[in-house]
Amino acid sequence: MDDEIQKTQEERKKMEQQLASMNTVTFDTEFYSSNKFEGYEKSIPVNDDDDTFDTENEVARKMASFTAPKQFFKEVPRGAGEDDEPSGFNKPSKIIDREDDYRRRRLNRVISPERNDPFLDKTPGPEVRTYADVMREEALKRQKEELMKEIAKKKKEEQEKAADKKEEVEKPAQKRRNRWDQSQDEGGAKKAKAGSDWDQPDSTPGIGRWDATPTPGRVGDATPSVKKNRWDETPTPGRVADSDATPAGGATPGATPAGMSWDATPKLAGLATPTPKRQRSRWDETPATMGSATPMSGATPGAAYTPGVTPVGGVELATPTPGAINLRGPVTPEQYNLMRWEKDIEERNRPLTDEELDSMFPQEGYKILDPPASYVPIRTPARKLLATPTPIGTPLYSIPEENRGQQFDVPKEMPGGLPFMKPEDYQYFGSLLNEEDEEELSPDEQKERKIMKLLLKVKNGTPPQRKTALRQLTDKAREFGAGPLFNRILPLLMQPTLEDQERHLLVKVIDRVLYKLDELVRPYVHKILVVIEPLLIDEDYYARVEGREIISNLSKAAGLATMIAAMRPDIDNIDEYVRNTTARAFSVVASALGIPALLPFLKAVCQSKKSWQARHTGIKIVQQIAILIGCAVLPHLRSLVEIIEHGLNDENQKVRTITALSLAALAEAAAPYGIESFDSVLKPLWKGIRSHRGKVLAAFLKAIGFIIPLMDAVYASYYTKEVMVVLIREFQSPDEEMKKIVLKVVKQCVSTEGVEPDYIRQDILPEFFRNFWVRRMALDRRNYKQLVETTVEIANKVGVADIVGRIVEDLKDESEPYRRMVMETIEKVVANLGASDIDSRLEELLIDGILYAFQEQTSDDANVMLNGFGAVVNALGQRVKPYLPQICGTIKWRLNNKSAKVRQQAADLISRIAVVMKQCGEEQLMGHLGVVLYEYLGEEYPEVLGSILGALKAIVNVIGMTKMTPPIKDLLPRLTPILKNRHEKVQENCIDLVGRIADRGAEFVPAREWMRICFELLEMLKAHKKGIRRATVNTFGYIAKAIGPQDVLATLLNNLKVQERQNRVCTTVAIAIVAETCSPFTVLPALMNEYRVPELNVQNGVLKSLSFLFEYIGEMGKDYIYAVTPLLEDALMDRDLVHRQTAASAVKHMALGVAGLGCEDALVHLLNYVWPNIFETSPHVINAVMEAIEGMRVALGAAVVLNYCLQGLFHPARKVREVYWKIYNSLYIGAQDALVASYPILEDDENNVYSRPELNMFI
Amino acid sequence: MQASDRFNINSQLEHLQAKYVGTGHADLTRFEWAVNIQRDSYASYVGHYPMLAYFAIAENESIIGRERYNFMQKMLLPCGLPPEREDD
Repeated sequence: MDDEIQKTQEERKKMEQQLASMNTVTFDTEFYSSNKFEGYEKSIPVNDDDDTFDTENEVARKMASFTAPKQFFKEVPRGAGEDDEPSGFNKPSKIIDREDDYRRRRLNRVISPERNDPFLDKTPGPEVRTYADVMREEALKRQKEELMKEIAKKKKEEQEKAADKKEEVEKPAQKRRNRWDQSQDEGGAKKAKAGSDWDQPDSTPGIGRWDATPTPGRVGDATPSVKKNRWDETPTPGRVADSDATPAGGATPGATPAGMSWDATPKLAGLATPTPKRQRSRWDETPATMGSATPMSGATPGAAYTPGVTPVGGVELATPTPGAINLRGPVTPEQYNLMRWEKDIEERNRPLTDEELDSMFPQEGYKILDPPASYVPIRTPARKLLATPTPIGTPLYSIPEENRGQQFDVPKEMPGGLPFMKPEDYQYFGSLLNEEDEEELSPDEQKERKIMKLLLKVKNGTPPQRKTALRQLTDKAREFGAGPLFNRILPLLMQPTLEDQERHLLVKVIDRVLYKLDELVRPYVHKILVVIEPLLIDEDYYARVEGREIISNLSKAAGLATMIAAMRPDIDNIDEYVRNTTARAFSVVASALGIPALLPFLKAVCQSKKSWQARHTGIKIVQQIAILIGCAVLPHLRSLVEIIEHGLNDENQKVRTITALSLAALAEAAAPYGIESFDSVLKPLWKGIRSHRGKVLAAFLKAIGFIIPLMDAVYASYYTKEVMVVLIREFQSPDEEMKKIVLKVVKQCVSTEGVEPDYIRQDILPEFFRNFWVRRMALDRRNYKQLVETTVEIANKVGVADIVGRIVEDLKDESEPYRRMVMETIEKVVANLGASDIDSRLEELLIDGILYAFQEQTSDDANVMLNGFGAVVNALGQRVKPYLPQICGTIKWRLNNKSAKVRQQAADLISRIAVVMKQCGEEQLMGHLGVVLYEYLGEEYPEVLGSILGALKAIVNVIGMTKMTPPIKDLLPRLTPILKNRHEKVQENCIDLVGRIADRGAEFVPAREWMRICFELLEMLKAHKKGIRRATVNTFGYIAKAIGPQDVLATLLNNLKVQERQNRVCTTVAIAIVAETCSPFTVLPALMNEYRVPELNVQNGVLKSLSFLFEYIGEMGKDYIYAVTPLLEDALMDRDLVHRQTAASAVKHMALGVAGLGCEDALVHLLNYVWPNIFETSPHVINAVMEAIEGMRVALGAAVVLNYCLQGLFHPARKVREVYWKIYNSLYIGAQDALVASYPILEDDENNVYSRPELNMFI
Repeated sequence: MQASDRFNINSQLEHLQAKYVGTGHADLTRFEWAVNIQRDSYASYVGHYPMLAYFAIAENESIIGRERYNFMQKMLLPCGLPPEREDD
């Protein structure tokens, strides 16, 4: 076993090394610092640009992560344990694997016990937790926290003092340098959090320089002891094993409180061998036991105190016993495996029993001694259980008795058709395995069991199982009761190994159950929130939406008062994570119950004197409200601003920052209205940007940047000039986040109405370009994007020439990312504003630069260069003429390149500039390119071939069929074999080109060649892509038009006999299109003749063609309706369901086409054939029939159909009535008003008036 | 519910009834149906100004006020009180 482990270990190490070596090749270390956590978001953005995830963004982000491979590889979730090798199957993703540190803090929260529901008419007993209790607890916690902080601080001071003394003694000269180093270190740590942390002022507590108060999370770090990696804080199972290696640890297992189910398994980490675990990457480990088993909490209470982590389970134990890991329960598959190994090893090494010894040793000559008095036998229950009795008296070896009950680690078959259980599920659902007699259980236990069964089915079951289970849970929710339900569901949601899908299902259960339980949920509100709030900051958009939905439903069920009571204690919780999620949850409550209802509470919170945390959270709620509900804040804007405005002058820096950010969010949500609401904050903001520095300044600038666009032109201009001074000063800030905010503010200011171009040109541009248009900016994706956006915005004001003139030289810069950024900017600017401003000199430079950049590119996945080239050429139009030979030369040269990508791009470029070439009158050049492309039709890379075909298509489109070189009659035969190519891009481009030729230049090609193509086209009907099938079908139409329908039709009708359904369907569509293009009378006779073939597929094909045909020809159908009626009669009476179905849909299309054209006689006749089918039960048939009747309603009028209906509405047979009422309902929905005139006359009876006398009035 | 109903509006009869009050079902009584008919009729009269005008002239009432008011009043209990249910 050990060998095996070692081997796996080594393999993994090798693999990791390989990965590492790959990493070093693929990224430039100068650009990416070696800190692997760089770029990780350690906290959730508070000012969320990211809250409104656009998909494009998402994709871009994914791409970006590929370019930073080190991060990426580290992040790839590894399967637990030995199944690390890529197995080829995608394992469903666990939520925890993609969560960052911050998000994982959700696991630290405790599902609080239920609370009193004050709306019940009874005094809460002492055992019930009331609001007062909770508040008191929170206050206590805070006090404790503060005390701990004090202690830590004092310790630190003492140590510092000691260190100082020592340094003074030893190396007084070194002192300064040391300080330097330290601050550098801190700077490094700060950097590790990367930009993101910056505009999220209160994100993770860190000892960043911006923090006014040293936040507790870092207290441990702050002690000048060995710098602790933050990863060390999580005690992973492997680590616990390490600690167990100390003798003290070995003696403890007995101390584990007995009775826990996990005691039954041998103690976890008692491996005698040096555990391989020690080597494992930390990433492999699930921080399942975070908090609970913090090994150091016992040993070093002061330094390692982790605030916010509510002590659970094992913390209080003196020594971290390995068993403590299991105290809190969640068992990862990892641990499970560990336990399995261990069990195996222990079984082999278990102590020999007396019986065994007896059987080993001779009976005589030995004496059994009494154990020494000091000996105490090991009492670990775990070990006791393991002592499997061995058959007595068999020396050395015995044939083991077969044990049918043994489990061999195979999951036990579930009783009663329950779905399988994963190892980690045993903890929650284990009791289902005890096959007790259900009758013996108490009603409560039975209920519990029932709930568990249903939940397990929802979680792990097959879709049908899940569905029924979910329905049962919903229906019986009130019967089960809120308590038992939530006590089962919520712990499951806290399970660390939960997967996305499972969470989705469980959340769904909660949602459904909430709806049914209504006010019964009140005591459980906080519990639910603890579990659901993390969803609000999940990175998955749908998870966030789900979270919002649940919280909004919850607040509607529980009511505002309960929600506030439940969440109030969390508002000034010591843990930032809790406050953050609570703020978000509150914003959801506000949007669910209305902002006005929440205003008084918010006001009180924002003015809280007790703690800055409360004020901070209150203001943050306002921000979240603005982000969440957008322009709907407008009615309450003034009150919201009033509530938070005092925060700008708050004594705490974080509060000031969040206030400014909230104002920014409010202004952004309100834009372009509501400036009057911000009047009161302008002055403090103004003063703020002059007096603050750093992070607070950034936030203030952001607020102003969002408020300025709301102003009138005059004011906007004035304020812009004022703020610009500060902005220009901050242009030089080395801070990434400050840069982003400055760029954003510049963008906002510049786009505002009153800001004059001249001012921008003179005051902003020089500094702007000097500071921002540097290579470094192109390396970070977010900077890149923001810079391009801002520059484009400036260009909108000052014109193309100014901007392009400044950056055009950079197209020849040596850094490729930078060139790309320049190109993208030029593309956007030129596409927005055209190229009329560009003078001849600039034009020359531009083309030159673009050609250079285009040729020098090494990779262009996003097609930036290509798009830029296309955009510029198209904008310049005829002015490109002088450069075209050069451009074409480049293209030709690149078409011959070895690299497929280059060839493809060259071909793509041709298709983009073809139109301009035509404008410049360069037809000869195009002809030449056409010939060149024609020669490359032998291309073997399908992607490239597709692009070449696309380029040919573009050329043919602009110069026309007659002038095309090579001539069409040569080109088309060359395309015929390419139609066989199965690659989608090739197919699509080829069929487009062929269709184009068939449409415009069919006469250049002999009919026989077209027939050949027809046969090829039949194959293309199988294509997966709809666009290809559609183009194919259209091409049939063109060809039929060119060479006459007869031959094409014969081919198509023959194709109706094939087996494949999709092929037949497409064929029928093609027939209908041929009929449409060549007039129906050329096709209908042959088609109707084909119906006589006694073959189901053919007949159905004919009917389907008819259906499409009438759909396409619409009103033209009135000339053919009498011709096809006998055929449809026959089909509607056929035994075969599909016949009737297809005929019914043909009737529908016919009826809709000829409505109002005087064909009622034929239609009534057909309706008489359709009507008997109303009792069909097959879904497709009945749908078709109902639609036919709807069509008749349109064509014949509602009155006629109502008369058909009236016979059955009160039929004695219920089945009949049901069908008739269904028809009546759709009739009623479609033509309610029209029915008034045609309702039957009902006679009055003695009590009631049923007649409608008004209708009898006559003047 | 039939399989075929899964795809159309009838799949959610409750929803349908909530959205279109006048729709019916197999257990609709003659009285209920008549009430729907009457209400639909009055709604239609009120909705079409020419109809309203026609009735107003015939009854010698003012169009805009009285006749419309009358019709709307009649929509309250158009057929009188519902008959006693026989089955319960």
